[in-house]
Amino acid sequence: MSPAQPTGDPAPADGLLPAGAGAEAAARTLSLYVHVPYCTVRCGYCDFNTYAAEEFSDGVGRLTYADDAVRELRFAAEVMERSGGLGRPLHTVFFGGGTPTRLPAEDLARILRTGVELFGIEDGAEVTTEANPDSVTREDLETLRDAGFTRVSFGMQSAVPRVLEVLDRTHTPANVPKVVDWAKELGLQTSVDLICGAPGETLEEWETSVRAAIGYAPDHISAYSLIVEPGTKLAAQIARGEHVPVDDDTQADMYQLADELFAGAGYHWYEISNWSTGPATRSRHNLAYWRNQDWWGIGPGAHSHVGGVRWWNLKHPLPYANRLREGVSPAAAREHLEAETRYTEEIMLGARIADGLPVERLRPAGREATGWLLGQGLIEAGELERGLVRLTLRGRLLGDAVVRELLAD
Amino acid sequence: MAPQASEAPRPAATDPSILRNFCIIAHIDHGKSTLADRMLQATGVLTPREMKNQYLDRMDIERERGITIKSQAVRMPWEVEGTAYALNMIDTPGHVDFTYEVSRSLAACEGALLLVDAAQGIEAQTLANLYLAMENDLTIIPVLNKIDLPAAQPEKYAEELANLIGVDPEDVLRVSGKTGEGVEELLDRIVRDLPEPQGMADAEPRAMIFDSVYDSYRGVVTYVRVVDGMLRPRQKIAMMSTGAEHELLEIGVISPEPKPTEGLGVGEVGYLITGVKDVRQSRVGDTVTDAKRPAPENLGGYEDPKPMVFSGLFPIDGSDYPILRDALDKLKLNDAALVYEPETSAALGFGFRVGFLGLLHLEIVRERLEREFNLELISTAPNVIYDIVAEDGTSMRVTNPSEFPEGKISTIEEPMVACTVIVPSEFIGAVMDLCQSRRGQMGGMDYLSQDRVELRYRMPLAEIVFDFFDQLKSRTRGYASLDWKLDGAQESDLVKVDILLQGERVDAFSAVTHRDNAYSYGTTMATRLRELIPRQQFEVPIQAAIGSRIIARENIRAIRKDVLSKCYGGDISRKRKLLEKQKEGKKRMKMVGRVEVPQEAFIAALSSGEESKDKSKK
Repeated sequence: MSPAQPTGDPAPADGLLPAGAGAEAAARTLSLYVHVPYCTVRCGYCDFNTYAAEEFSDGVGRLTYADDAVRELRFAAEVMERSGGLGRPLHTVFFGGGTPTRLPAEDLARILRTGVELFGIEDGAEVTTEANPDSVTREDLETLRDAGFTRVSFGMQSAVPRVLEVLDRTHTPANVPKVVDWAKELGLQTSVDLICGAPGETLEEWETSVRAAIGYAPDHISAYSLIVEPGTKLAAQIARGEHVPVDDDTQADMYQLADELFAGAGYHWYEISNWSTGPATRSRHNLAYWRNQDWWGIGPGAHSHVGGVRWWNLKHPLPYANRLREGVSPAAAREHLEAETRYTEEIMLGARIADGLPVERLRPAGREATGWLLGQGLIEAGELERGLVRLTLRGRLLGDAVVRELLAD
Repeated sequence: MAPQASEAPRPAATDPSILRNFCIIAHIDHGKSTLADRMLQATGVLTPREMKNQYLDRMDIERERGITIKSQAVRMPWEVEGTAYALNMIDTPGHVDFTYEVSRSLAACEGALLLVDAAQGIEAQTLANLYLAMENDLTIIPVLNKIDLPAAQPEKYAEELANLIGVDPEDVLRVSGKTGEGVEELLDRIVRDLPEPQGMADAEPRAMIFDSVYDSYRGVVTYVRVVDGMLRPRQKIAMMSTGAEHELLEIGVISPEPKPTEGLGVGEVGYLITGVKDVRQSRVGDTVTDAKRPAPENLGGYEDPKPMVFSGLFPIDGSDYPILRDALDKLKLNDAALVYEPETSAALGFGFRVGFLGLLHLEIVRERLEREFNLELISTAPNVIYDIVAEDGTSMRVTNPSEFPEGKISTIEEPMVACTVIVPSEFIGAVMDLCQSRRGQMGGMDYLSQDRVELRYRMPLAEIVFDFFDQLKSRTRGYASLDWKLDGAQESDLVKVDILLQGERVDAFSAVTHRDNAYSYGTTMATRLRELIPRQQFEVPIQAAIGSRIIARENIRAIRKDVLSKCYGGDISRKRKLLEKQKEGKKRMKMVGRVEVPQEAFIAALSSGEESKDKSKK
């Protein structure tokens, strides 16, 4: 949840969705995202909506978070109902942050229970939480498992202390395999996150981290190139010359190396920055984003998308909580996606995933562009013959350029 | 104090014996306008209260650049020994681009003040105009200006002037336009030394047009010097070059504002208004006569303006094209030398191929377009006219490198200029090096004084149109002055160098150069473009070629990463907006084949010559 929120139209106090939002809702899944905006420290690269503070005022803080989240859940259920019976059993649930495990595990469990009570949940639904390898305990994981969580995503970032230090991460690399093992023992699916291209990181250091992550044998690995966002501490450090950013060519080398090592270890890419051991271990929650499904985002700054309406909550926990306590929607603004915008998003998101984007979804100019993209080695020939646009390795690295071509007028 | 005329002679009834017509020959910053203002004040034409600095320079650009590009004429009364005289001061352009206008202004006068900065001495252009005045048999009054300056060396430069025109150094007047010292003496000298105008009062009227200015309220205001006969209001007049007839709606003198009169007689200088809207209908150098009683012969000396330097002008925002067209149409009303035709460039879009008298003319036109019409423009490197004979014998005239014939060429001729450089002798070597590197052939060298030298070269015009003057200035610490005039044409070994992006020619960068300079042009442009064009999804070769032969090559390496790796629920709106912005940006890109080139890259590549100029100035 970026602090740089988009601009949009005013959101109504009652949160009600326009009549069109219900169209074909049965064909879409409904997911729940819960944003927990608390961390012990704010990492230097992080531009997410998160706070190291414990408590603000008016009794709003980390320990009251669950109460407010439950309030928003009830509000959501009512809005969905009043907007034309949009409530559906939850397809996936994802707790992100921040650090969700900064909350007592019981709080996370309570929020999940409320969501399930209000919406129901699909059989075998994926329920994930992000967790900090330094602070999560085996007991926490057990509590979560018992409450219905099925998957844990650990923020590993790097196995190299020097790189972690640049990123302001406090955890000890050795904790990661321990927590991954606990999760596995408890029957939870596991994922680890890596960050590639921290300032000063060498290709060798990156390789160390990738090999370490593979060595922990999680079900799923995410690897993101570090984006230095304006306004972050890291951006300031770079501006002052304290850090030298890794150039795009090195980032490309790192990506290629990671993809090669992952593939060799049985991890297959299914989205530009995500690899898993197979279709069953992909993040179904994230796939719901890329497939333009519906989701409600709970928490300060959280984004939602239901039936062609996107909105985002007030960023700061205090006004967010106060709105809910007054029975008013905590949304800051919303946007109604026109056909053109929806098309743009569909292509932009659909091109990122390995399932491919059906050529038939493209407009004529976009279809025409596939020939050029094929010639440039950016999309796969075999898939194109089957009517799908699927990025090659090179294409993944130039994904945005490919999307621009596909969206050409 | 010498008296201001108590009763000024009345226009249309002024005997030639009390008329004096003169102009001022001076270099740009030698203080001509200040002195002119001082004379207006001394003669009572301007009260001190009315006096603005440099009253005669009307246009902002002229004022800012401290130069006069359009001449005007002011009538001033002045009394000497009890006789009231009428003095007509004709302001002349000071720049080489306007040599023809200068020659017409000189032709309207009997005398000229040779005005030289007492701290700097004579400059090349002044010298050239002095020779022009002497050829026209004008009486020269040598004047040293700025004698109030601490750095003034009046003795030294009085001697220089005296030598040049063959007078005694004692005869060189010393004035200060700033303090007014010597100005009244100068006015007296004008009355005493200059001959009165000669003409036949009873003959068919003949008046020479020495300037023609478009005024948005009055239409074209034409400045004339009457040679024979009389012009009167309501008279039907004819332009002798075209035979076009107009009615004289108004006739008058400037003193210092326009004042209608009953007419203008022999030797008088003033203005005409006929209601025409385009200075082309009232051309500098033409002879005005009576339509019913036309003179048998014109006054001679008329020439059509000849554009010598050509450049493509393109609006940076393509949708400004109609504004540019209208703006050129408007400027043309006041600039008979401006010629243009639409040009389409694959790289720069729609624009105009514009012909200019010279580089200053180009800069002034461009600046006026940008300032008065709020246009942002990009101009291609200026070039000259080439006369080309193909191997099959067909000949053609090319003013745009893109028209350069593809086939075998038998001969190419390019225009030549005779250049004069005046420089302190310590810089002779630097000037010779520069001129030789620009294909100059030395014609001769003379010492004007012990430490000042005049160097004469014959050079291709193409070699001086780009940055020659700036180079000359920077290599002589600003001391050199330059004058040039056309001097025929010469066959040269010229080639067209094309710049290719991924095999596609970029028309805006094609240039005609001497074969010896082709490689240097090619590598310079290729290197520059490699730095300016962003990396693409594929490798982009940049080549410089003569015909099909590649003479230089650079590569823009393919971009390898162009993807935002993270895209989850909360990122979607932001990322989509970024994408939409990129798509908009893509629309502003110029496509050269598949290569996306930002407009800024074209602008930077075409203007980096100017940047290096700026650097060299600092």
